[in-house]
Amino acid sequence: MSQHPTTYVPKSAFGRWFESRLPIAGLIHSSFIAFPVPRNLTYFWTFGAILVFMLVSQIVTGVFLAMYYTPNAAMAFQSVEHIMRDVNYGWLIRYLHANGASMFFVAVYIHIFRNFYYGSYKAPREVLYILGVIIFLLMMATAFMGYVLPWGQMSFWGATVITNLFSAIPLVGDTIVSYLWGGYSVGNPTLNRFFSLHYLLPFMIAGVVILHVWALHVPGQNNPTGIPIKSGKDAVPFTPYATIKDIFAVVVFLIFFAYWVFYLPNYLGHADNYIPANPAVTPSHIVPEWYFLPFYAILRAIPDKLGGVIAMVSAILIWCLMPWLDTSKVRSTAYRPLYKQFFWVFVAVCVVLGWLGSRPAEGWYVIASQICTVYYFAHFLIVLPVLGFVERPLPLPNSILESVMGVQKGGAGMPAGANAEPQSKG
Amino acid sequence: MAETTTHVAEPTRRDFLYIATGAAAAVGGATLVWPFIQSLAPDAATVAAGAPVEVDLTPIAAGQIVKVFWRGKLIFIRHRTPEEIKAAQDVNVASLRDPQPDSARVKQGHDQWLVVFGNCTHLGCVPLGQQGEYHGWFCPCHGSVFDTSGRVRGGPAPINLPIPPYAFASDTKVIIGQEATA
Repeated sequence: MSQHPTTYVPKSAFGRWFESRLPIAGLIHSSFIAFPVPRNLTYFWTFGAILVFMLVSQIVTGVFLAMYYTPNAAMAFQSVEHIMRDVNYGWLIRYLHANGASMFFVAVYIHIFRNFYYGSYKAPREVLYILGVIIFLLMMATAFMGYVLPWGQMSFWGATVITNLFSAIPLVGDTIVSYLWGGYSVGNPTLNRFFSLHYLLPFMIAGVVILHVWALHVPGQNNPTGIPIKSGKDAVPFTPYATIKDIFAVVVFLIFFAYWVFYLPNYLGHADNYIPANPAVTPSHIVPEWYFLPFYAILRAIPDKLGGVIAMVSAILIWCLMPWLDTSKVRSTAYRPLYKQFFWVFVAVCVVLGWLGSRPAEGWYVIASQICTVYYFAHFLIVLPVLGFVERPLPLPNSILESVMGVQKGGAGMPAGANAEPQSKG
Repeated sequence: MAETTTHVAEPTRRDFLYIATGAAAAVGGATLVWPFIQSLAPDAATVAAGAPVEVDLTPIAAGQIVKVFWRGKLIFIRHRTPEEIKAAQDVNVASLRDPQPDSARVKQGHDQWLVVFGNCTHLGCVPLGQQGEYHGWFCPCHGSVFDTSGRVRGGPAPINLPIPPYAFASDTKVIIGQEATA
């Protein structure tokens, strides 16, 4: 689908004048209006739009919060309480931003596991996929630095634990950490630079998102069958079909989002973060935000500092190798009976790792974390390469249309026009 | 085999100028990065605030651990009981992860005073005193265990709690941040 329909002709004289100087309307038309979308996409394919919405939401609420927040170790905690108590609707803007981060990760995890299930990472979408992993890493960095800004106990100790990860690097580790801190411990210089970077990174995410969408529009979207669009009958135009479906999905997601904001605004946070930062006392049980828990469990599973850090970083970087570790020619797990079982085991292992990450690091929790960590890596390094050779996939449909309508001989029993090329309507 | 003629031009003055210009730009660019990276390091005020601090030991009872700060870093001053000292000394040093005899971790003649940095060597949490298997410290974050000499005995911490530079000004006063001059 690299050749987009370029049927766009501006209607007005001004439009033609402008288009010949900056063909942006044609770009939007070919990318978001006439762009062919597989006709069998499910609601799992609306999370890209939901994520774009969440990024915009976080940037807008964040820009407003930055107007009322003070990035100074002596004043940050007070300024957050000032936002909560004094600023008009400050509580709403802050809760939207804090819970928005969690919603962003809810959506991104669904997006990532949809990609795992339907093999969207496989050729020809490797670059698209790796750009997505880069966005995820930037999101993690942004979320981590944002959590430090209220300068509560969890902020301070989260910052201490995470920056200390770099001290595991041999020889230069301690120097790197003092450069991260701007001092001999986490302090005011650390808070200042985290604020600066927390404001910068979302715009870098926006930049990579543009590349991600660009890379998506070259091969086009994957779909539940995993087979490519072969004819116009397999596709529908992006507008109105995908546009309206995406908007509807965003609205439903907003209801879910609003429930947290208005009914459980602090459920996903930690009570300890309403205690001002105190460098002399560590909270009795220090845990990161829920979206980091599986990786935190992997960090703690390895009884060696450098080894733990390497395992945690590898747990994400190994994703980048998936297009080459997965030897199966079939994209969609719907046609891979054996892999389907391993996929759900992997999902369960990730959830259990998340739960273990929230438990204290003692007793059988540590052993369970170690077992799950071994399985996590085995999924990528053993299951994915081996299954491609031993599994016998189910027969694939001949086309997306056939998967939706069943094998048709004469078109009888099919709604009028269902077999037509709706793409040509756009 | 088709005959191919490859025209390999002699390096010219212009080639030389291109490479020299590129090299100068690369060196200039790298030089410009330097001040920006250096600005991230602890600044002059932070370094100046890192002067030695005096601590009076008189009010610290046996068995008590006191927290003080030097350079923004937490330091434990532990007044060890005779049992704690004995427990720290009666250890097969070779069996430790970071082998150090207790005598190397205290000042001679001041066996009862243990002065160590108060952040776990794993990821910097503050370990809890008098807890864990050896009643030294236990780190609640990731489960590192330290003995009454501040040596790592279990968990992910790679090394013992480090000893800050300090010296006894008298039997009841230490100066943290200053090496002994003797």
